[in-house]
Amino acid sequence: MTVAHRIGRWLADHWVLGVGLLVLGYLFLPIAVVAGLSFNRPSSRLSYDFHEFTLDNWRNPCATSDMCDAVVRSVQIGFIATVVATVLGTLMAFALVRHRFRGRSGINVLIFLPMATPELVMGTSLLALFVSAGVPQGFWTIVIAHVMFCVSFVVVTVKARLAGMDSRLEEAAMDLYASEWQTFRRITLPLVMPGIVAAALLAFSLSFDDFIITNFNAGTTVTFPMYVWGAAQRGIPPQVNVIGTAMFVIALLLVLASMLRGRRGRRAALRVAAGTGPARRPS
Amino acid sequence: MTALAHVPTGSGQPAAPERAVRSGRYRFLPYLLLLPGAAWLFLFFAVPLFQLAAASLYDPSGSLSTGYALTWAFGNYPDALAAYWPQFTRSFRYAGIALVLALLMGYPLAYAIAQKAGRWKNLLLVCVIAPMFTSFLVRTLAWKTILSDNGWLVGLLRDVHLLASDGRLLATPVAVVLGLTYNFLPFLVLPLYASLERLDHRLLEAASDLYASPVRAFRRVTLPLSMPGLVAGTLLFFIPASGDYINAELLGTPNEYMIGNVIDSAFLVRLDYPQGAALSFLLMAAILAVVFVYLRRAGTEEVL
Repeated sequence: MTVAHRIGRWLADHWVLGVGLLVLGYLFLPIAVVAGLSFNRPSSRLSYDFHEFTLDNWRNPCATSDMCDAVVRSVQIGFIATVVATVLGTLMAFALVRHRFRGRSGINVLIFLPMATPELVMGTSLLALFVSAGVPQGFWTIVIAHVMFCVSFVVVTVKARLAGMDSRLEEAAMDLYASEWQTFRRITLPLVMPGIVAAALLAFSLSFDDFIITNFNAGTTVTFPMYVWGAAQRGIPPQVNVIGTAMFVIALLLVLASMLRGRRGRRAALRVAAGTGPARRPS
Repeated sequence: MTALAHVPTGSGQPAAPERAVRSGRYRFLPYLLLLPGAAWLFLFFAVPLFQLAAASLYDPSGSLSTGYALTWAFGNYPDALAAYWPQFTRSFRYAGIALVLALLMGYPLAYAIAQKAGRWKNLLLVCVIAPMFTSFLVRTLAWKTILSDNGWLVGLLRDVHLLASDGRLLATPVAVVLGLTYNFLPFLVLPLYASLERLDHRLLEAASDLYASPVRAFRRVTLPLSMPGLVAGTLLFFIPASGDYINAELLGTPNEYMIGNVIDSAFLVRLDYPQGAALSFLLMAAILAVVFVYLRRAGTEEVL
């Protein structure tokens, strides 16, 4: 085989990978820009171009206190919405996977529709409801809206984990005289936990980043995305890019840490299965 | 994000453990588990839709301060459509063009990760989701920097004469379509990846053993087998893209406004609730119609 032939062969095998990496580059381009701009001292309030290197934005991320207030508010809303949505969604997932009951398809439609409905429609319809019911809009109407659109994603995520679970483990526990509560507490819950955690993280990121639905139901309350939206007309403080970069890094570290833990867990399980590792004492 | 792919049809569920079915004390348990979540969705998702429907039929001469009367004013719909037809069609045109671009980029990416990445698969998958960790709005503003008149991209395009010496990217339809493509691309890639990952590589080898050209093998084997992911991804891309107004607002001008911008201003600036509600419903109906026709033609029952 000639060299040219070989190169041609290699290209034929790998061009897809090359295109894929290029597309990944495209996906990361704006992230690089955000990170770069977080070190920028802009020449004017309305300038979006890189002007001068500085560390000031990272030293004083809260130089514009409105922005930090908005970030704190987004975290509060995200936290409350995540807890409520995760509890409601997990309960629903258990009912759907573990029980047979009448009206299942109706419930499935109710869970599916919010994921297929444009955010704009959900946002405006909630606005119409709150206005006609005379409910003043603010912090709690945002929480209500966020729980609503997060629940479905929690159900789908937890359900996937539950459905893939080996129910023989629970049967084995029952055969060994564990009570139902013990079985749930010691077997079921730990096995479903990764699904619940993933669902909670998804819910938090959906809530933290939501703009469209929030915009229609916030009244005068300002979340971080709404702050950015408003600032886009008045001039963006460079600290916005600091928050954007920090969010990216924190989330990436969380995901990578969970990936590493998962890999370690799998290895440990393999060792136990092979009879070489320290078997955990049954408690 | 593979939401659509997971949707069950009611059949095909694993049978509940016998125990739970037989014993009477479990009979009400599923309803108790479902009640809080279902009530929340009913109250804050289903009921508001009816309220929106009612608002779209209010007497258009009313206002927020004087109050609205429900007069079944069906005329609101043709009126709204006549007033904002350009924005309405533009939404679907932009979302459609963005979808084609996203498919051209997303399919190779999903295929590369699923079939060619080997042990780097999970890491690359994280890389697809990672850009979404930064706020949607912050990312879109970054495009404003990239596409700006003084930026390197415009400079480069002017130097190679792809752009006239006074040509711009920002504040043009190109910028808005590019922003839409970028922001919703991961929604397309993830379900596609899930389908392609299950693709058995031996099928492609068999095709090539039987003298199929790579193109033919792709058309007859890979593409049909990736159809469920393709359909789910297309919908997950198209639905939010056609209802988006952030890209049009930040990267475009009023000449690029989509129907979302009009609805936003109807509710929050002009306070014309009947018109805003009518446009919202028209958007939903149009999207549902597109989705329905598309699903009929794509013919994958696995998705819905």
